[in-house]
Amino acid sequence: MKLWKFAIAGAAMGLGSVALAQDVSKQVKARQGQMQIVAMNLGVLGGIAKGEIAYDAETAQRAADSLVGISMIDQGPLWVEGSDTMSIEGTRALPAIWDNTSGFMEDWQAYVAAAAAMSEAAGQGQEAIGAAMRDMGGSCKSCHDDFRETN
Amino acid sequence: MRRILSIVGLAVLVAAGFLFWLSRPQPLPADAMAGLEGDAEHGRQVYLAAGCRSCHTAPESEDKDLLAGGQRFPSDFGTFLAPNISPHPEAGIGDWSLDQFASAVMRGVSPENRHYYPAFPYAAYARMDRQDVADLWAYWQTLPQSDQASAPHEVGFPFSIRRGLGLWKAMFVDPDWVMAGDLSPEEERGRYLAEALAHCGECHTPRGALGNLDTARWMAGAPDPSGKGQIPALTPDKLDWSAGDIAYYLESGFTPDYDSAGGHMVAVIDNFAELSPEDRTAVAAYVKALSEPAGE
Repeated sequence: MKLWKFAIAGAAMGLGSVALAQDVSKQVKARQGQMQIVAMNLGVLGGIAKGEIAYDAETAQRAADSLVGISMIDQGPLWVEGSDTMSIEGTRALPAIWDNTSGFMEDWQAYVAAAAAMSEAAGQGQEAIGAAMRDMGGSCKSCHDDFRETN
Repeated sequence: MRRILSIVGLAVLVAAGFLFWLSRPQPLPADAMAGLEGDAEHGRQVYLAAGCRSCHTAPESEDKDLLAGGQRFPSDFGTFLAPNISPHPEAGIGDWSLDQFASAVMRGVSPENRHYYPAFPYAAYARMDRQDVADLWAYWQTLPQSDQASAPHEVGFPFSIRRGLGLWKAMFVDPDWVMAGDLSPEEERGRYLAEALAHCGECHTPRGALGNLDTARWMAGAPDPSGKGQIPALTPDKLDWSAGDIAYYLESGFTPDYDSAGGHMVAVIDNFAELSPEDRTAVAAYVKALSEPAGE
């Protein structure tokens, strides 16, 4: 009889943790997806800045506006408790994000501003995009410095 | 028998005396910096390339040039705490002479004639041009002062005996270049920046049992000293970025996949972003000239 109780409790705990893992895995996927969209569009803009891709105002604007699009996603629901490096595999999100949420959101706002600046710069040619890329790089690494685990 | 014992005793004494002599602090010769006038403007470039502020600003400091110290550097031998090296005359190093500064930077010897721990990368700075040291010291006088007291290192016995560091220096500090052979002027400039100033090898090269850099596996990547993660290899067997990719990474922090730098490399890129495009290209040329590491 006791054994049964243990088995049921164990199964419930197992299910519970599986359910929990499934819950945060959606958020983690969404977080990583938005970063990949940012990287793909920075690939276009960075290619233009480096002179590897010929400048074209429309292409540049589409890429920059995609960055702005990502900047409009509400980050709140994506960074749920229990989805940091201490709790789950497959993330580089440091616990510092939850220990210092205001600092983290401040850094995100720097990305929002850099994306808006990129959208302004996109129509103004290679040099303007190059300068905006440096500010964008600054916002990326200042957040990754504090809140993302190194490889 | 007694004679044999006394011979052995004498030999032990001689050996001990030799080691004691070998471990002595060796500041620069008294006339090493004679006649050198510092150029503060160029000193700023040396300061950025040498990465002084990357380790010596306070953690979370807003002013990146306020060298108040306090960052912690864990290692197998204890935890080192970066001291205040701002030009404050009491709390910092403002009352030093150029000779004292040069001996600290290039020889790892303090004005009190004691060894510094090699967490301070004097093994790299030993390769510096003395003119650059003079320029750096001229620039130093323009930096803001902090009255923050330096915290002691957390290092246990036997590593707390600083005299022993003299033996470490005798074994492992070599002012010759690691990358030998015929180099283009650009690669030579890159080598100077990477091996003497930016001390890339301190993190990117694996270490031996005594904390010495394994020069046979130069820039072959190493465990992150923080204990988590890995510092990437820069050698051609691992890093396939183009020279342009490397230079752009040092300017913007973007990898060729438009991921961004993180960790301590962020501070390095903050410095390199302010250097000239030629210097970034030179470092890229140096990285592309690295050899594959010797076998494990």
